Amino acid sequence: MIDWIIMLLMLSSSIFILLAAIGILRLPDLLTRMHASTKAGALGITLMMVAASFHFFDSVVMAKSLAVIIFILITAPIAAHAIGRAGYFVGVPIWSKTVKDELINCYDPDSHRLMSGLETEEELEVYRQNLDYKPRIRVSSKDKKD
Amino acid sequence: MQFVIYFSFATMSLAMVIIFVRLILGPTLPDRVVALELLASVIVAMIGAYAIYTDTSSFIDVAIVAALTAFLAAIGFARFLERGGPRDD
Repeated sequence: MIDWIIMLLMLSSSIFILLAAIGILRLPDLLTRMHASTKAGALGITLMMVAASFHFFDSVVMAKSLAVIIFILITAPIAAHAIGRAGYFVGVPIWSKTVKDELINCYDPDSHRLMSGLETEEELEVYRQNLDYKPRIRVSSKDKKD
Repeated sequence: MQFVIYFSFATMSLAMVIIFVRLILGPTLPDRVVALELLASVIVAMIGAYAIYTDTSSFIDVAIVAALTAFLAAIGFARFLERGGPRDD
């Protein structure tokens, strides 16, 4: 009985990982590829660790597997957020059929200022005076030439 | 049981080959970073399958360390992309 459960978990884990790989190959741009890789990859690791804890059926191994699962579930969104943010900052092209890009008119890639669109006139004046403020994050030099 | 273990090893190896294709094709550097991160996830899952295959529970520790290094590598690459100088994809 427990063997069948382990087999089912291992099969579904490997198939989810294969789906993540196919998604990362076939999807059109960075954000959709991250969508495929983070969620399906984390689910694949989770299922494999559950299978391992069922196979050994030992409290120490169960605790270790649980630690791996919790660690993956905490770190995968953080890493995806960091890479997605860096990708947007360096100007990775997004898919031509993207429906919504809320930052495109409010965000200034040179000064890294994000505007809400509801600024008063004084705030805009302060912003214009500080335009030569050197940004902490440099944008790739290739995009500036175009 | 043995067949399922071999099948999942084969599936994960195929996934690694597909991820390597994206790693080589990847038009920009962030695409390659995402592919590397998924490659590390596949390696962690493969270590779990290997622990079941060899019936050795110590390999779960290796999975913990592999997941930790993968996370640190992803964060380091993201910092490099944000702060780094001129890139050549």
